[in-house]
Amino acid sequence: MTDLAEKIIAGDHRSIARLITQVENNAPDAVETMKQIHPHTGQASIIGVTGVMGGGKSSLIFELALAYRTEGKKVGIIAIDPTSPFSGGALLGDRIRMTELSMDEGVFIRSMGTRGMMGGLTSSLYDVVEILDAAGMNVILIETVGVGQDEVDIVKIADTTLVVLVPGLGDSVQTIKAGLMEIADIFVVNKADKTGVEQTVAELESMLDLVNNQERRIPIVATSAKEKKGIQQLVVQIAEHQAYLKKSQTFEKRRRQRYEAELIEIIRKRLMDFIFDEKKLKTTVDCCIDQISKKELDPYSAADQILGKILK
Amino acid sequence: MVKKIRVLVAKPGLDGHDRGAKIVARALRDAGMEVVYTGLHQTAEQIVNTAMQEDVDVVGLSLLSGAHMTLFVDVAVLLKEKQMDDVLLIGGGIIPQEDVPRLKKAGIAEVFGPGTPVEEIVRYIKKNVKR
Ligand SMILES: Nc1nc2c(ncn2[C@@H]2O[C@H](COP(=O)(O)OP(=O)(O)O)[C@@H](O)[C@H]2O)c(=O)[nH]1
Ligand SMILES: [Mg+2]
Repeated sequence: MTDLAEKIIAGDHRSIARLITQVENNAPDAVETMKQIHPHTGQASIIGVTGVMGGGKSSLIFELALAYRTEGKKVGIIAIDPTSPFSGGALLGDRIRMTELSMDEGVFIRSMGTRGMMGGLTSSLYDVVEILDAAGMNVILIETVGVGQDEVDIVKIADTTLVVLVPGLGDSVQTIKAGLMEIADIFVVNKADKTGVEQTVAELESMLDLVNNQERRIPIVATSAKEKKGIQQLVVQIAEHQAYLKKSQTFEKRRRQRYEAELIEIIRKRLMDFIFDEKKLKTTVDCCIDQISKKELDPYSAADQILGKILK
Repeated sequence: MVKKIRVLVAKPGLDGHDRGAKIVARALRDAGMEVVYTGLHQTAEQIVNTAMQEDVDVVGLSLLSGAHMTLFVDVAVLLKEKQMDDVLLIGGGIIPQEDVPRLKKAGIAEVFGPGTPVEEIVRYIKKNVKR
């Protein structure tokens, strides 16, 4: 086993941080370690937090982390912010709401840019979840970017997805109709210290009434991260959802979905690496050109051969 | 491989605003870096722990007065203690000229006074980042 893998399984924070950087940078070194830690994963509960920007996702994650810490659980937090398509840089500001956790040995927080990935996630997220899981985190909280409608990919990773809304946001329920509706396992109406909570909750309830044949009614929890209210109810609802997943065998199904998405992502990355490595591509192709020009081989058969080699 | 420079911008100490830190943070983002911004009132321990978890290449501290000399030095000492001296430590703010040599001796690589063009900071980081 690599030294790094051993240290990660022992929960060493610096090693966790280093491997995350490697997977983010697509470093070839990471692969061996990722292979070795996989058998040590599968214990963590993975909770996705998505919803409107500025709705209080980071603040809620902070409160949830505190609650899980009092239960003695280790908490990993992944906070994703958008990478600028112009500069490739990113401003990662979610830690502002989590300062109090930065000295807690039982908490590991990592901020990440989307680095060109659509859907509010980042392509190395699967790896980062595996790393935190292998490092012994009992709960992994993932904050997505928060742009709204296209943030549905989180369900491929999370066991439980929270959709965070705020009162008085005129089109918030509209937004949900457009896509977040299907992915919510729990609706959270945060900023319940403000007026209009009852109305937003009522709107959501009536929207849920229209959904037929639900085997599980999606709960709505009103919270105020600011006043630390409703957090315990949210913790209870998350636990109930996870119990439901296990009872209904949906848990296994979701985990399988995650591995499927992860595997597809690895294949996609490898193919992209190959295609964008112009030198390698050219040398691979070069060897067939002679044969093609001598009519010993046609270009399509040559492509089949080369692709066969890559995909092997 | 796509290596990006990761920077932690922190504001130690108890005093007021962080406008300068935010301007620098945005400029670094616009220069293609990933900037972890942690807000106000950070202790040296918090800064170093955050730098470790975020695995940053650079820590940039913003201070408003020489009163925070000790905090500055504390961060440098802690980074060394944790064998994180491959992290480039820089600072900005109103720092009396006579304090600069002492800071550099403690392990702060460079100090940028108020009104330093952000391009200069960007250039400095790109040139001096250690890993
Ligand atoms: N009034 C009120 N403000 C809140 C609450 N939760 C978060 N906020 C504030 O809303 C803003 C955005 O919060 P943040 O957690 O960063 O939201 P995010 O963008 O969804 O991660 C911050 O100014 C928070 O202080 C809440 O329950 N009530
Ligand atoms: Mg946030």
